[in-house]
Amino acid sequence: MKVLVPIKRVIDYNVKVRVKADNSNVDLANVKMAINPFCEIAVEEAVRLKEAGTATEVIVVSIGDKSCQEQLRTALALGADRAIQIETDESLDALNIAKLLQKTVEEEQPQLVILGKQSIDSDNNQTGQMLAALTGMPQGTFASEVKVEGDKVNVTREVDSGLQTVALNLPAIVTTDLRLNEPRYAKLPNIMKAKRKPLEVKPAADFGIDLSPRSTLLKVTPPATRQAGIIVDSVDTLIEKLKNEAKVIS
Amino acid sequence: MSILVFAEHDNSTLKADTLKTVAAAQAIGGDIHLLVAGSNCQNVAQEAAKVNGVSKVIVADNAAYEHQLAENISLLVTELAGDYDHILATALTTGKNFMPRVAALLDVAQISDIIAVESADTFVRPIYAGNAIATVQSLDSKKIITVRPTGFDAVATDGNAEIISLDTVTDAGISAHVSDELSESERPDLGAAGVVISGGRGMQNGDNFKLLEGIADKLGAAIGASRAAVDAGFVPNDMQVGQTGKIVAPDLYIAVGISGAIQHLAGMKDSKIIVAINKDAEAPIFQVADYGIVADLFDVLPELEGKL
Repeated sequence: MKVLVPIKRVIDYNVKVRVKADNSNVDLANVKMAINPFCEIAVEEAVRLKEAGTATEVIVVSIGDKSCQEQLRTALALGADRAIQIETDESLDALNIAKLLQKTVEEEQPQLVILGKQSIDSDNNQTGQMLAALTGMPQGTFASEVKVEGDKVNVTREVDSGLQTVALNLPAIVTTDLRLNEPRYAKLPNIMKAKRKPLEVKPAADFGIDLSPRSTLLKVTPPATRQAGIIVDSVDTLIEKLKNEAKVIS
Repeated sequence: MSILVFAEHDNSTLKADTLKTVAAAQAIGGDIHLLVAGSNCQNVAQEAAKVNGVSKVIVADNAAYEHQLAENISLLVTELAGDYDHILATALTTGKNFMPRVAALLDVAQISDIIAVESADTFVRPIYAGNAIATVQSLDSKKIITVRPTGFDAVATDGNAEIISLDTVTDAGISAHVSDELSESERPDLGAAGVVISGGRGMQNGDNFKLLEGIADKLGAAIGASRAAVDAGFVPNDMQVGQTGKIVAPDLYIAVGISGAIQHLAGMKDSKIIVAINKDAEAPIFQVADYGIVADLFDVLPELEGKL
């Protein structure tokens, strides 16, 4: 079966983002970018399914300008077979991303679509669920285990109260949580090989979808900063401060 | 205007965070209805009827909704959506799971994780793990919103709303519940506790989390963990506090052996008072802590438990 993995180029997770002085957005100039960590877990899961003989082909897709080809090449180096870039210079909201992915699903007919549960920039946690709705597929979100069995996939989900396992009819959508797997590092020969793997570029404008924005970003501000605290020298002092100064224990 | 709020519950009791989502609905302003979708959930409906500011409780009590599968719940909410300008759910794992599905079925965007309401169409939400705060104006006719509970104060529960039952059943028939592995705990919920004590990689193993239990007992605290501690297998996933885990804002948060990665701070830095216990004086957690102790946690924890 084919597995489709949509991925996103985002700020590297170690970088602390800064807000622009004019409060129009965050400043991403000269900031290190990377594949979204949850998307990387999605790629790893798809590649493992191929190595296990369950998947026959792993296709990665990303939506963005030419720079996202870097992340597509990374995914190819991790073991994906081919890549699709849906080219746009606009920053699209999750619903429009999901609509572009819906068209890709219709064309590629994957049995499984694996996405990251959220991107660490917009923190929306929407795209997988929206794609599931648009394609009429069931969804296993926040997955910590994925088992394909016949025409079903069993997905164990990380939920507030613990773990929940659901059985989904294939084709299905899975979104990854942190504990699903530990992604491998790309080996140098694979990075070289990835340069020769097919990468198809499709202009988003050719998809015939109204991609006009659904919301306006009015402003972006830095969060309230906490006042610097103090280092106390003993447990006694700590308890005294918590009781009498902060008044949070009695 | 009318607003539909999805009630979080486990078929027996209403989750307290729903009271905060209703507060967000009040900030938007309008006639507020609560939807209780579940199986054998009449007790939840009774509790929901007492939530202040709610004029009507709609109960969809059917086996199809027992496990709140996104495929079935999203169809139900979409069917009800015609009567409402705003639909709100709490940004916990149930709401996060089904709400984007509702939005896509209605062909509107979703505004996730709001922490404040500016007006009926303008909302404030954290992005980049809370390192930036965005003010967003929705251009859609219908607003689909998830609410971060720490952003709002719970409404009271001395109301008396009308309860109506819904007979229509929406079962997509494409997914099924297999099993649950629920964490049993006598302690308060992480999201609802006034005091939270969390352990990180510095705890070294799962057994050492017992050192937190005595303190938690004395303070009536919930116990949390950093991603590092969960990834290392010390404790289960439902204890994770952080950007993609639980977001908490208790009166007192005690971080033990936690270095303070951006992703962890995103889940707790709105706590009223933060205490950090770490032997590394350079750990970033001290930059957000009100009180810090630079010492070995294995010395500090027994002493703290003894002296509380």
